[in-house]
Amino acid sequence: MTATPTVRVRGLRRTYGDIVAVAGLDLDVGAGEVVALLGPNGAGKTTTIEILEGHRRRDAGEVSVLGHDPSRADLDWRVRVGIVAQASGDLGELTVREALSHFARYYPRPRDPEQLTELVGLTAKATARVRTLSGGQRRRLDVALGIVGRPRLLFLDEPTTGFDPQARRRFWDLIRQLAGTEGCTILLNTHYLQEAEALADRVAVIVGGRIVADATPTALVGRTAARTVVRWADGRQETDDPAALIAALTGRYGGTVPELTVSRPSLEDVYLDLIGDAS
Amino acid sequence: MTSTVLPGTPRRPSAARLGLHRAAIEVKSFFRERDAVAFTFAMPVVILALLGAIFDGVYPGSDVTSAQYLAPSMIAAGVASTTFINLGTGIAADRDDGTLHRLRGVPMPPSAYFIGKILMALVITVGETVALLGIAVVAFDLSLPTDPERWLTFGWVFLLGATACALTGIAASGLAGSARSAGAVMNLPYLVLAFISGVFYTPVGQLPEPLLTAGSLFPLKWMAQGFRSVFLPDSILPQEVVPSWEHGRIALVLAAWCIGGMVLCLTTFRWRSRRSR
Ligand SMILES: Nc1ncnc2c1ncn2[C@@H]1O[C@H](COP(=O)(O)OP(=O)(O)O)[C@@H](O)[C@H]1O
Ligand SMILES: [Mg+2]
Repeated sequence: MTATPTVRVRGLRRTYGDIVAVAGLDLDVGAGEVVALLGPNGAGKTTTIEILEGHRRRDAGEVSVLGHDPSRADLDWRVRVGIVAQASGDLGELTVREALSHFARYYPRPRDPEQLTELVGLTAKATARVRTLSGGQRRRLDVALGIVGRPRLLFLDEPTTGFDPQARRRFWDLIRQLAGTEGCTILLNTHYLQEAEALADRVAVIVGGRIVADATPTALVGRTAARTVVRWADGRQETDDPAALIAALTGRYGGTVPELTVSRPSLEDVYLDLIGDAS
Repeated sequence: MTSTVLPGTPRRPSAARLGLHRAAIEVKSFFRERDAVAFTFAMPVVILALLGAIFDGVYPGSDVTSAQYLAPSMIAAGVASTTFINLGTGIAADRDDGTLHRLRGVPMPPSAYFIGKILMALVITVGETVALLGIAVVAFDLSLPTDPERWLTFGWVFLLGATACALTGIAASGLAGSARSAGAVMNLPYLVLAFISGVFYTPVGQLPEPLLTAGSLFPLKWMAQGFRSVFLPDSILPQEVVPSWEHGRIALVLAAWCIGGMVLCLTTFRWRSRRSR
């Protein structure tokens, strides 16, 4: 048996009136993989992920998620798919425990709500009304609700927008744990480069509704490894051969080059390059 | 596509069971939300207490006081509030705050959502009716009928009236652009109907002809008339529009609204707000 990808997208298109939100997008997510769809606001991330979730219609293209077309998904498919939407404001009057116990009832083999509360770090808030939670706590509840049914595939849309750095790190640990010990396949939308780098096996950069790069974080940086940046007091130069350049500079200054730094391009440079070129 | 269920493999729970669980959290959420309790549940109670205290006098030819005449009509208005307004604003809010979006992403048969909503509305409507009857009996000396036939009438008027208003409310939830506008979109027709159906303005027979005709097109007038036939003596009939309780016509109009409401629900119900499809 050849491994069919968990998510397979070919030539996906979606327009809203004159706006082309998704313009011929191709994407594969293999079983057990964590893939980040990374792109600026308005790039088409939410439209894409909601089409994969069976929540929005598409104008063209082939989509297969867990072997099914999500636009015709049934409830057994829903059991295997977990969704954390970009924003939510529901459940306000219930407590965290009530919400988790309630949603556990929809699934044939749910997680234990108490253990799940612990897993997402909300034990101290178990009896608090959902509307009293902070943004980060609410987001963790959303994730708990997304995984309460033990999904094989989890969709996360901008899971950490508005988090402080510490909360973001704790959240990343949780996602790594899901991917690592539980083998959950994850497709996550984000506009934070660091998040993609920290979590993803593969990063697909989306700009203007198209994938402009799709590789491991390391390979993305490697694509432009030739261009090392050398900076000094009076200048800056990109080069393939930093040693030669530094030797030349040393000669020119007759000794120590003032304020010399040599840097490999970061993923951020690559990303800014990519979204700059594409737009 | 067939799926074999291995022995010992747990199945997805049924729509009926999920509907019951949904009703439980819906009722809980309703009573914890101050706005809903104040506007939907408490308002008719307050209006009955206030108008009942303000109105005075006895109708000629009977010993029915104005407050006693008001009480059964207010029960009808209470039923409309806890079904029509409750479901109309509640579903608009569910569409706006992400409730429906979340539910569409979990393995829930859509019918479980409606079962939950309707059971919730039923529980709250029974509570509302008991509260209104309690006030009428304690404060305004309304006597409860002993004749079982009258309670039978109460039963079918209540069921048909509540169903018609609930279905119309579910259908109307889609007319409001957002949860915020839903309050106005639902309350305006409700208040207008309460006046032209002879609830706030008593007795109904004194309403100007054009308003009466307009009111007669909607279920509230007929539900109120049905409840008056349960709790008031026939000596009050001269105050009605026609000197008869017209049970047959009440049943007909309410049933027609049930069917029409159902058709509207099936044709207009939207799971998503216009913005996100
Ligand atoms: N429901 C909608 N109606 C009209 N335009 C929309 C709608 N949803 C998204 N768009 C537009 O489509 C483009 C992509 O949006 P979106 O998929 O939300 O991007 P992202 O999630 O990457 O920020 C944007 O230009 C956005 O304004
Ligand atoms: Mg988005």
